[in-house]
Amino acid sequence: MQKIKTWIDQRGLNGFIILAILLAVVFPLAMDIFRLNLVGKYLTYGFVAIGLVMCWGYGGVLSLGQGVFFGLGGYAMAMFMKLEASDPITTKIQSTPGIPDFMDWNQITALPMFWKPFQHLPLALLAVIVVPTLLAFIISFAMFKRRVGGVYFAIITQAVALIVTVLIIGQQGYTGGVNGITDLKTMLGWDTRTNSAKYILYFVTVGLLLGSIYLCHWIQKSKLGTLLLAMRDKEDRVRFSGYDVAMFKVFAFCLAAMLAGIGGAMFTLQVGFMSASFVGIVPSIEMVIFAAVGGRMSLVGAVYGTLLVNFGKTYFSESFPDLWLFLMAGLFIGVVMAFPDGLAGVYTSHVKPWFIKRMASVGKTGSKPGGTAKAAASDAAAEMTVLETPPGTTPRNVMPINTGLGGIQGQSA
Amino acid sequence: MSHDQHNRTSPRRRIMQGLMVLPLIALPALSFGANPPTAQVNTTKLAVTDTEVTVGQLHSATGTMAISETGSIQAEQLAIDQINAMGGVLGRKIKVIKEDGASDWPTFAEKSKKLLINDKVAAVFGCWTSASRKAVLPIFEKENGMLYYPTFYEGLEQSKNVIYTGQEATQQILWGLDWVSKEKKAKTYFLVGSDYIWPRTSMKIARKHIEGHLAGSKVVGEEYYPLGHTNFNSLINKIKAAKPDVIFIAVVGGSNVSFYKQLKAAGVTAAKQTLLTISVTEDEVLGIGGENMQGFYASMKYFQSLDNANNKKFVEAFKAKYGAKAVIGDVTQAAYLGPWLWKATVEKAGSFDVDKIAAASKDIEFKGAPEGYVKVHENHHLWSKTRIGQAQADGQFKVVAESPELIEPNPFPKGYQ
Repeated sequence: MQKIKTWIDQRGLNGFIILAILLAVVFPLAMDIFRLNLVGKYLTYGFVAIGLVMCWGYGGVLSLGQGVFFGLGGYAMAMFMKLEASDPITTKIQSTPGIPDFMDWNQITALPMFWKPFQHLPLALLAVIVVPTLLAFIISFAMFKRRVGGVYFAIITQAVALIVTVLIIGQQGYTGGVNGITDLKTMLGWDTRTNSAKYILYFVTVGLLLGSIYLCHWIQKSKLGTLLLAMRDKEDRVRFSGYDVAMFKVFAFCLAAMLAGIGGAMFTLQVGFMSASFVGIVPSIEMVIFAAVGGRMSLVGAVYGTLLVNFGKTYFSESFPDLWLFLMAGLFIGVVMAFPDGLAGVYTSHVKPWFIKRMASVGKTGSKPGGTAKAAASDAAAEMTVLETPPGTTPRNVMPINTGLGGIQGQSA
Repeated sequence: MSHDQHNRTSPRRRIMQGLMVLPLIALPALSFGANPPTAQVNTTKLAVTDTEVTVGQLHSATGTMAISETGSIQAEQLAIDQINAMGGVLGRKIKVIKEDGASDWPTFAEKSKKLLINDKVAAVFGCWTSASRKAVLPIFEKENGMLYYPTFYEGLEQSKNVIYTGQEATQQILWGLDWVSKEKKAKTYFLVGSDYIWPRTSMKIARKHIEGHLAGSKVVGEEYYPLGHTNFNSLINKIKAAKPDVIFIAVVGGSNVSFYKQLKAAGVTAAKQTLLTISVTEDEVLGIGGENMQGFYASMKYFQSLDNANNKKFVEAFKAKYGAKAVIGDVTQAAYLGPWLWKATVEKAGSFDVDKIAAASKDIEFKGAPEGYVKVHENHHLWSKTRIGQAQADGQFKVVAESPELIEPNPFPKGYQ
């Protein structure tokens, strides 16, 4: 037991374990299937948020176009499901049976070439990952190799979001236009709309999300993560040390795009449709807000941020249909003004010190001699000394490497 | 002896027993009155109690569509208030849960799930754009809900779970084209639309009708512009070059304002050019300005200026509730029909169950409709008349023609696809 505990502590996995328990045990037990399905939907945005932690928080690359990658992943999945839903028998009323209904409405008489691969699930799943990553690679390679960065890169990602939206809406015969791709029912004959399917999809989403967080955490702890941070803070210095800075940025951006694509695919599966309204500028900025509210240095925090913002959105709009937009705006402004480091920042600066102090006082008074309290107190004290190590030698911003996934623990200096 | 005693006491006891039983008989009789018991009218666990039935209202109260959908929200609320004042539906008052679709299709999907799964509403009045309807349709079919959808739309759809209270494309278009061909001796047509499914489908139907059914007529131009497009100068030049007898328009939303202003600026006015639109109601004229639309024609099933007793009452009630300046467009009137048709259907079926309502919807009539008289077709669309209105400077339309009969809804028109 103690061994496991030290192992977890060493790797800064506390926050991760708590999140895992919350998502995999507490939520499913506490919520009915309707609410759980909503949480499942929110968590698909969580993929985008942790991607932003990696590329914005760690890599220093702010992207205002993550909706594009979310959308591409979602569309790849939707195209597969739409083709499955458009068999010649159910679509026999159309002029051309066997193609998706919106193509028929737009006088298209044969399935376009680029739709053909999506008749096969493995190819569609591959596309969910490859298409967003490839697009991200092309954009970021072209930009970073020319040393375009910072705010200019953010503007370009925003332009890409706009272009892709216009493209999708304009080519409605091939994409479903404003309506999107709707009426998705099954995946390989498995009805995704039943309650049992919703449970399964929820747990798959949770599993994938936790897996993604762990992967990102692992990257943060590796040399690569350290380099990303170093590059964010002193790009030239890393370049002069002989590293190819551009490729690190490309990597962070592609990673974020890939995660967004997976999120999009899970979204399509759970919600049953995909439309251009996720690809635009507004949803892309909203996704940055999720990460900002949660704390852009903390993987776990970003997921909490996503959940908080979306719970807020649902709750406010259900309870105050006339006022809810003002309340949401209040939430954003409030969080960003009061806690610049997001929820994770609140934890590190307020909750954790209070907790440590409390534990320490319990230990001192010896009201519970021996046993767990004392052990916990000494643990906490030990941790405190780590955190209190004068940051003289380490630049402030590099601190979070040590505490990584904690993020919740980071940023204390 | 004891036998005697028993006999003596028994009449009194019987009366006592009778008196005790009386309230038990009276209680249900009082509380239900003429109302059938809830267990009988609601076998599918909908939100129906002995005194109340809950329905949902799902429109965009915020976002770009709010300006269009507000009229529908108001009209539905008015109808529900009036029904409640008359005693409700099957003796139950209607309670409304309002949800905001926020002009965002995924939000529509989320909120419709909430209304159907969580709130178990008996019916939903809502949606406006085709995109929002497409987003919620699978949910209504899966959860077996009932949607009353008010907007005129492209057709090509029919669902057990939707009642379409607006016109489908052929109802709105064919009679209007016949009229303009006959009255204006039109031979050449120029088609213009916003670039999405409704204008595209409408224009496809219009082209087939012009080329196939109107002798000697042809289409001399067909153009589409993205939603929100505001620069129509090149289009106006094309129209001037083609010299069509009729410009046939399905441009929606904010684009309308620039379109009609630029037409007027270019000297294309009603004095020289016949223009027939299927996308401008009184609501849009508010933004365009009556002086920019003056003399142009619209093909709709309803205009605020319709002269009949039902409409007078409706316009009066609407203005009393929402102010004297309120205008009522085609969709607003169609939204008003929703709660009334639902009430009539529930009462005919004697039940709130969705399956029974879906089955009973055929031939439901509403004689109090502001547009005159409507009847539900087997395909869940409405039989309705089509009218031609001519725009006036004050923003109202003058009704200049009306189809003599109710036009049959035909969402899957043969020969027009």
